[in-house]
Amino acid sequence: MLRLLLGANLLLAGGALLLAPRLGEWPSQFVELAAWTEPVLFATLGFLALARNWLWHLRPLTGQALVLGLVAAEALLLFDFWHFMGLTEGGWGPALRVALLAVALTLPLLLYFSLRARAFSPAVAEARLQALTARIRPHFLFNSLNAVLSLIRQDPRRAETALEELADLFRALMRDARDLSPLSTEIALCRQYLGLEKLRLGERLKVEWAVADVPDDALVPPLMLQPLLENAVYHGIEPGDGPGCLRIAIARHSAGPGGAITIELTNPSPQGQSHHTGNRMALANIRERLDLYYDLEAKLESSDSQGTYRVRITLPLRRQTP
Amino acid sequence: MTDALPALTLLLVDDEAPARARIKELLQDIAAELPTRVVGEAADGEEALALIQHLRPDVALVDIRMPKMDGLELARHLAGLPQPPALIFATAYDTHAVQAFDLNAVDYLLKPVRAARLQAALEKARLVGPLTTERLTKLRQDAGQGPRRHFSCHERGRILLVPVQEVLYLKADLKYVTARTREREYLLDEALTHLEQEFAERFIRLHRSVLVAKDALSGFERGQGDGEDGGEHWLALLKEVPEKLPVSRRQWSHVKQYAK
Repeated sequence: MLRLLLGANLLLAGGALLLAPRLGEWPSQFVELAAWTEPVLFATLGFLALARNWLWHLRPLTGQALVLGLVAAEALLLFDFWHFMGLTEGGWGPALRVALLAVALTLPLLLYFSLRARAFSPAVAEARLQALTARIRPHFLFNSLNAVLSLIRQDPRRAETALEELADLFRALMRDARDLSPLSTEIALCRQYLGLEKLRLGERLKVEWAVADVPDDALVPPLMLQPLLENAVYHGIEPGDGPGCLRIAIARHSAGPGGAITIELTNPSPQGQSHHTGNRMALANIRERLDLYYDLEAKLESSDSQGTYRVRITLPLRRQTP
Repeated sequence: MTDALPALTLLLVDDEAPARARIKELLQDIAAELPTRVVGEAADGEEALALIQHLRPDVALVDIRMPKMDGLELARHLAGLPQPPALIFATAYDTHAVQAFDLNAVDYLLKPVRAARLQAALEKARLVGPLTTERLTKLRQDAGQGPRRHFSCHERGRILLVPVQEVLYLKADLKYVTARTREREYLLDEALTHLEQEFAERFIRLHRSVLVAKDALSGFERGQGDGEDGGEHWLALLKEVPEKLPVSRRQWSHVKQYAK
């Protein structure tokens, strides 16, 4: 959507540059052209948004032809309207020219999108999502097993619970993680994970949750939060000199058309920790997944200052369709 | 048969209490074949270093990943003791460390540890004895560990730890290297070239015999006289101490970018 608007306007600016006799007239030329194109652009976007589900079922070529036809028709209508208002001359020649121009503007954009779609085709994207879905650190698995082993003789019941949680956690980690998953499920998974970490780290790990007015059925990428927590424990809590606190804040924002969710994770960042490459890789991984799920609509920021490491993810709010 | 050997004294070093509890259970299980006595437990390398000097255990079982001071750094400092304990390393999962151990033929345990494996390691440790400094340095390098967080300095049979961050400069004199902090000087039994390699991120060479901490530099001034090639040369000024350190001509081009 954003790419469409930007792309059209860039082409427009280029066109205006071609038409303008001097550089000074470029902006005014641009505005004039915009008056021509923006109505068509917005009408097309409206149509596409309304007919999206129906268009999905068509063959790509038919769909593209349809969009081209639509744009031409809209351009003609607009031309007719301007003519009616007495702003331009009428006649078949200019009308045909307008329709062709509209098609010529649309064609490169359509080509760009079909190329992009091919690069991100479902099969490719799916394989990449699979590969990117974070795997649990073996470090965590073996240390947890070790902690459970130490419980078996002293506290068999707690050992049982811990093994059950470990089983749940692994089931979740090994499931097919393609579709967005409800936030409540992800939070439950994280709580289980943190419970197991607490078993071995004891008082050293403190956790604070702040989840404010986020709908339970909000959808988020699966297994995105858990690996972030695992990183925070591995880099932030384990090497720390004393107890450390993980803070997870999830909140709803009204930004964007449907609202947005922000997930913010803060943890101490002990100095002298030079091996942050693993962490950077994990972040790059999540960034790429966000890209595949949301394109430009999601973002991930991280900062490390004054002994505090912070990761902040903003996602468009999507909810489960009943 | 004569009486059994006296019980082997052990120190357990691991930041996770459940992991130490597990080892104690296993030690009880194998007590009939191999009598042992746990004389102490430590949750990080610093604590372990203090306890080892005090309790003098025969063997220390040491986890690799720990806060404050990791297992390999602990081993490095211990190597300077007159009678260091034999060490057995333990790790849950660390490909680099495991490769390093294999490469340097050092025994290690993978967690979760099995009783039989623990027994074999303890018996071997008793025979083989402590590791040498050279092997440990090699081990740390092979394990891809970052630089140490402390220098160790031996004074009257004790080990003093000097945090690397507090050292302003390192100066080589004859056999020893002097580490200067804001308060005083410490003698280290190390070679300046090795230190330069290990701490390349933190220290830069000013001169054949001086490494300075990059963030301790406050500026430079021109000086006369006693340079190595006579004549005019540059002097480095430090933030916290009055000394001025000579910069050699050859190093000046690398060093001048740190002028503020």
